[in-house]
Amino acid sequence: MSDTLGTETASGRQSQGTPEAGDAGKSASPASPRAAGRRRSGRARMRLEIAILSGPAIIVFLAFVIFPVALAAYYGFYRWKGYGDPTDWVGFDNYKLILTDPAFHEVLTHNLLIVVLSLLIQGPLAIGLALLLNQKIRGRSIIRILIFVPYVISEIIVGTGWGLLLQSNGAVNDLLGKLGLESWQHDWLSDPDLALWTLMAIITWKYIGFAVILMLAGLQSIPDELFEAAEIDGASYWQIQRRITLPLLGPTIRIWGFLSIIGSLQLFDLVFIIWGPYIAGTAGTSTMAIYMVAEGRNAANFGYGSAIAVVMFVISMVVALFYQRFVLRRDLQGAVTEGGDR
Amino acid sequence: MSATTAKSANLTGIARRRRPDRGGDQVKQKWGNPFTYLVALLFIVACIAPVLFIVLGGFRTNSQFTTDPSGLPSPWSVGNYTDVLSTQTFWGQFANSIAVGLASTAGIVVLGLMVSFVIARYEFKFKGAMYSLFAAGLMFPLVIAITPLYIMIKNLGLIDNLLGIIIPQIAFGLPTTVIILVPFLKAIPKELEEAASIDGTSRLGFFFRMVIPLSTPGVVTVSILGFLGSWNNYLLPLYVLNSQANYTLPLGVQALSASQYSQDTAKILAFTSLAMLPALIFFSVFEKKIVGGLTGAVKG
Repeated sequence: MSDTLGTETASGRQSQGTPEAGDAGKSASPASPRAAGRRRSGRARMRLEIAILSGPAIIVFLAFVIFPVALAAYYGFYRWKGYGDPTDWVGFDNYKLILTDPAFHEVLTHNLLIVVLSLLIQGPLAIGLALLLNQKIRGRSIIRILIFVPYVISEIIVGTGWGLLLQSNGAVNDLLGKLGLESWQHDWLSDPDLALWTLMAIITWKYIGFAVILMLAGLQSIPDELFEAAEIDGASYWQIQRRITLPLLGPTIRIWGFLSIIGSLQLFDLVFIIWGPYIAGTAGTSTMAIYMVAEGRNAANFGYGSAIAVVMFVISMVVALFYQRFVLRRDLQGAVTEGGDR
Repeated sequence: MSATTAKSANLTGIARRRRPDRGGDQVKQKWGNPFTYLVALLFIVACIAPVLFIVLGGFRTNSQFTTDPSGLPSPWSVGNYTDVLSTQTFWGQFANSIAVGLASTAGIVVLGLMVSFVIARYEFKFKGAMYSLFAAGLMFPLVIAITPLYIMIKNLGLIDNLLGIIIPQIAFGLPTTVIILVPFLKAIPKELEEAASIDGTSRLGFFFRMVIPLSTPGVVTVSILGFLGSWNNYLLPLYVLNSQANYTLPLGVQALSASQYSQDTAKILAFTSLAMLPALIFFSVFEKKIVGGLTGAVKG
């Protein structure tokens, strides 16, 4: 469809008389009828433009994003220590190993827990805060800036700061002691029963601002007339939130959910910085990405590490496809009107 | 808005009865519910307190940390900050972060704008495939590709070279850029292109003379995201850079907290504050654009 269309638009534009293109057509094919020559040269010219404009981006993208991912898939079939070319082909052995590797099962469990807990903790919290902040209150713009600060500062800074705060002799325990809450003092980072919850608290702190800002933007796209109409019809505040706001906020919530799930599955920086690959293992906060780096780079099992990367990618991909198929599908069909009907 | 409210309120008797309430609401709307402010305040304190701990911690001394881990600086000492600011290490890493950030952003914008223009304004067979290719790139985070990417960079001889960070950052920045810029470029009216064409401007001329100036707001959003992403990137520099002289600030923070200074909490915090300051300033200046760009991107 687009090819013929392209020819038409291109030739159409030529017939509007781009002087240099017409000349090029003449010199390129003097024997053929003028129009055909023009069309051909117009098409060639268009192809050249497309190649020049899109070539660099596509080459860089294929070379540094797609190719490494493909390489990971390839290395995943070898037992390889990273020196020279991989030669020790082991077929699906690395993948079979993953299926029976208790350490991998443990990190996978952590990732799944983080996915579920992030949705359950951040979702309601962000919606509630956004509803609250969406009222016409003073200082809205400064509030927005301040709640976004944790999202803007880098993981390394968040990790360093929280790492110091939560040390067993750090500021948090000290503050609890000052408040007379000695029994609340804990070894936040290394107690295996607690560390995952500490991680969840830090994740929530870091990413809740992003969720709130998204929800706020979603709320602001709902036309005021709907609320006014409902109010005129005598709907209560909670009825309005449940029947109008939440359904219309649906697309935003679902897209946030998608971003949150993918982010949780691929969590790396925070855990790596606060716990490091080895302590994360004993504290029970290790994730698939941490395990991959620990195996691949630090233990030099590049083949096995690559297989883990592939499994991570496949899990993310499957989750993404399912999510798009069953959750986002409604959004792709214009959920705003659908949601409004209910 | 209040004018329309008043007009529609006049339409029904029920509404008219409710008008005094509405008036009350509007008075309230000026300040709103005290509960709202309380929750907002608590939320902000929760968001900012750890950041303040870092910044204020830089004004303390290590003995203050030992005796009172959660106290305020007393007395305030600026020694840590002046120490950090007078080191070659900090300024070298600062310059590296700036250089990497600017080069990556420039690459993302130039390559991204060109390919987005093709996807948005040309009709050809592989247009849809091209868009899907970049959109699928959102599914390939750096973490998944890091091991082979590291090996590739090593084979290219770019280990411990800033280019070894810049090029992959451009590549991984392209998906977001394309997704934000394509709708933006599509929105430029066709008539403008036709008018330019009648005036004898080729499509490339149209690109340089019209598209680049008209797409400035989208480009600003993309640049900010690109720069912040680069400024905060940790994983790639961790793999690629070995020598302290080439470190970017995130690696500098890590090196400091893992080195012989790891007991020097106050200095680590001062260094950390100074490392995050540029990103914070940058963000407060462009806050509206970042938030607008993010939500625009999410809504596709």
